[in-house]
Amino acid sequence: MTFRKYLVLAGVTVFAAAGDSMLSHGMKQTGNISLHHLQGVILAVRNPFVAVGILLLLAFFASYMNSLSWADLTYVLPATSLGYVLLALVAKFALHEEVSPMRWLGIALISGGVGFVAGGPALTAQDVPESLRLEKDSRNGVRTAEMVSGGVRR
Amino acid sequence: MKSAYTWGGILVIVFASVVGDILLARAMKQVGDVHALWHRSGLWTVVSRILGNPNFFLGLTAMTVAFFSLLFALSWGDVSLVAPAAASLTFIGNAFAAKVFLHEKVDRRRWIAALLVAAGVALLAG
Repeated sequence: MTFRKYLVLAGVTVFAAAGDSMLSHGMKQTGNISLHHLQGVILAVRNPFVAVGILLLLAFFASYMNSLSWADLTYVLPATSLGYVLLALVAKFALHEEVSPMRWLGIALISGGVGFVAGGPALTAQDVPESLRLEKDSRNGVRTAEMVSGGVRR
Repeated sequence: MKSAYTWGGILVIVFASVVGDILLARAMKQVGDVHALWHRSGLWTVVSRILGNPNFFLGLTAMTVAFFSLLFALSWGDVSLVAPAAASLTFIGNAFAAKVFLHEKVDRRRWIAALLVAAGVALLAG
């Protein structure tokens, strides 16, 4: 894992959380949209919060696709779930909402889950395309070397 | 009866989200590491490889189905049930599906992570 890859994972987390909160804030300003008045959707896009929210969610999608090109789905999903924690912290410290003990427990569980998955390898899939194979092989090489040196020491 | 509709809706959301995530993940593995590809052949190659991948569009379609089923389910059930139930069941469904369809090594570490995050999401939004 390089610094740039951690940055992409941070992008997935932050863009999703920021995009969702922008959209939610904007849609509360625009009001309800019914199936009979679909032109309301077009009016909603003219709200700056909704427009910025959509741009942030596009950025989220780009970084999500980027991360899936070099990491497992079962690595990316838990690793980027810190966004939920981020939303709760924004609610508590920026919006001064009440965060109940149950929610704090939820934050602790998610953080624990992220810690668990982050300690393991990012890519484990067997049928990896050629462009990724080089990196995987070199990593396996390192692991073999470590095992050999460990054996010698013992 | 209303709760049967709500849970039916939640199951459709979870199924569509898992199918979408698996297809998008498979598409991006077929495209290859975008950093390396961009470096080697430029941005245009990355974009055309992604847009030329059928799994990408199938995944996107599944995600769209998931989004609209969420809207329907929200009109039948409470947001405090639908959103966390769908999100946390999707985490668990993805761990199963990634193991079966993407052949990812979902070891004990990843199972614990998926279950902790699923429980955390359920508590957080509940």
